[in-house]
Amino acid sequence: MTETIFKRPKYLKDAVFHYCPGCGHGITHRLVAEVIEELDIADRSICVPPAGCAVLAYDYFDIDVGEAAHGRGAAVATGLKRVLPDRIVFTYQGDGDMAAIGTAETIHAANRGENITTIFINNGTYGMTGGQMAPTTLVGQKSTTTPGGRDTKRDGNPLRLSEMLALLDGTIYIERVSVTSPKNIRAAKKAIKKAFQIQMDRLGYSLVEVLSPCPTNWKMSPVDSCKWIDEYMTKTFPIGVIKDNSENK
Amino acid sequence: MTEKVLMSGNHVIGEAAVRAGCSFYAGYPITPQNELTEYMAGAMAKLDDGTFIQAESEIAAINMLIGASMAGARVMTSSSSPGISLKQEGISFLSALELPAVIVNCMRGGPGLGNIAPSQGDYFQATRGGGHGDYRNIVLGPASGQEICDLVTKAFDYADEYLTPVMILLDGMMGQMMEPVVFPEYRDISTLPEKTWKIDGAKGRPRRVIKSLLLDVNVEEAHNWKLVRRYEQIKDKIQMAESYKTSDAKLTVIAYGIAARIAKSAVDRAREEGIKAGLLRPVTLWPFPERSLREAASNNTEFLVYEMSTGQMIEDVRLSLNGSSRIHFHGRPGGPVSTPADIYEQIKKYYPR
Repeated sequence: MTETIFKRPKYLKDAVFHYCPGCGHGITHRLVAEVIEELDIADRSICVPPAGCAVLAYDYFDIDVGEAAHGRGAAVATGLKRVLPDRIVFTYQGDGDMAAIGTAETIHAANRGENITTIFINNGTYGMTGGQMAPTTLVGQKSTTTPGGRDTKRDGNPLRLSEMLALLDGTIYIERVSVTSPKNIRAAKKAIKKAFQIQMDRLGYSLVEVLSPCPTNWKMSPVDSCKWIDEYMTKTFPIGVIKDNSENK
Repeated sequence: MTEKVLMSGNHVIGEAAVRAGCSFYAGYPITPQNELTEYMAGAMAKLDDGTFIQAESEIAAINMLIGASMAGARVMTSSSSPGISLKQEGISFLSALELPAVIVNCMRGGPGLGNIAPSQGDYFQATRGGGHGDYRNIVLGPASGQEICDLVTKAFDYADEYLTPVMILLDGMMGQMMEPVVFPEYRDISTLPEKTWKIDGAKGRPRRVIKSLLLDVNVEEAHNWKLVRRYEQIKDKIQMAESYKTSDAKLTVIAYGIAARIAKSAVDRAREEGIKAGLLRPVTLWPFPERSLREAASNNTEFLVYEMSTGQMIEDVRLSLNGSSRIHFHGRPGGPVSTPADIYEQIKKYYPR
């Protein structure tokens, strides 16, 4: 007799991921789909995917999806949620989408305390366009537009968007996680579940930042990519709860 | 409300929108349309399901509309020229996503920051599809308070029927001027056809996806042709123009919006002097009322195009007439408004002898 101990979550479609080997999107997609199943919210959830590698999220999440222009996820989600306050609306966005071109939309949606959830993938690069410098690229990190490494005098500093958002009165819960080990993946899932629960309890804006490997553009093996996150990326982007105001609400 | 009320154009837009069932408005302050944003703040607060958001930018406002329209609401935003430039990304997306929305452009002098005086310099942007990609939007150019009301009411229906953004294109003067208006009754939107494409959670139905990324070139091409077929349908069905004293005119002024109001007075004065002038006023700017123009041209008239710009609509006049008639032009860009006396002089100048 065989026992199934691991399977594709109910709300991930039976499709082959287009993501590169070792990419963190696949794991994060699975966690989101598991949370949607466990919270039993699939028939009232709406996903707003970004422009970027995760734009094809609509091929994978088996729920209603409304695609946003690059960076505008928080504004589109605001429109959806205000019309449908009892639905669960979440954006799934990358660092370029959220912390560069969509900074204004993100900050103001968070500041208004929109009751939405954001899954924020931080892989320090523009993956889909071929590995250019992202707002979150580390100092000294090489990219196709910082071939000699990110130089703060020329390129500025890595942007800690989650910490910025934590300063806003409208944000309830912000946690940074990573998907580099089974332990970290379990913590990531717990955080994602909490973020959705906060929206279900109508408390306000919740966000989970996921430090996510991009072996292709980092030009590292998947294993080295995870190690690099643990050893270097977390120095600039430390994992853990950045803000939790859910008990005070 | 069947009695006549005196209201500014901007307020008329707001009241007509509410009566048409608009329950979502997002906007950003910019002159000369602020009265509309302010009106919607009050009006949305009075509705059980109304949403008003003062957005952080024009870009955010139009993208909020995208979300609200995806969810099935009747939605509107408004702005003035520089702000409409910012909205173009969203207008392209609305067009690609086949989402209904009403967008008001209360035009001001430009380009750049320009000024806050009335202008018609955004005609190209509105009628050519000001954003990226191969699309058109319905563009309506009202010329009176009552017509603002009537066209805003129609705009919401057109948007739903043809799954497209509809732009109300007026100028600062139309927005500020107070005129008597009779409003229609409130629309019961529960009587409208169900939006079978909206996303509101896949409860008891297959999930839906609203997207514009079509990586397969053949799929994108098919999508473009599908939009074109709809545009052809729109061209066929909703061309609108007003013809005034055109049947025996030797010189027909073509003007829209406030420019047409000024030209009408000039035509009246010319008629008093025995000059056979007429006015043809496009009401739909896209689709351009080419049938009305060709009909007027068949009466052997010459045309004088008057615009508050350096000449943009005149290109549509030329395309419609295709060389069949002589076309003259008078334009003033950047904000100054000609008087009826000025246009009367232009009529005399170009009147065929």
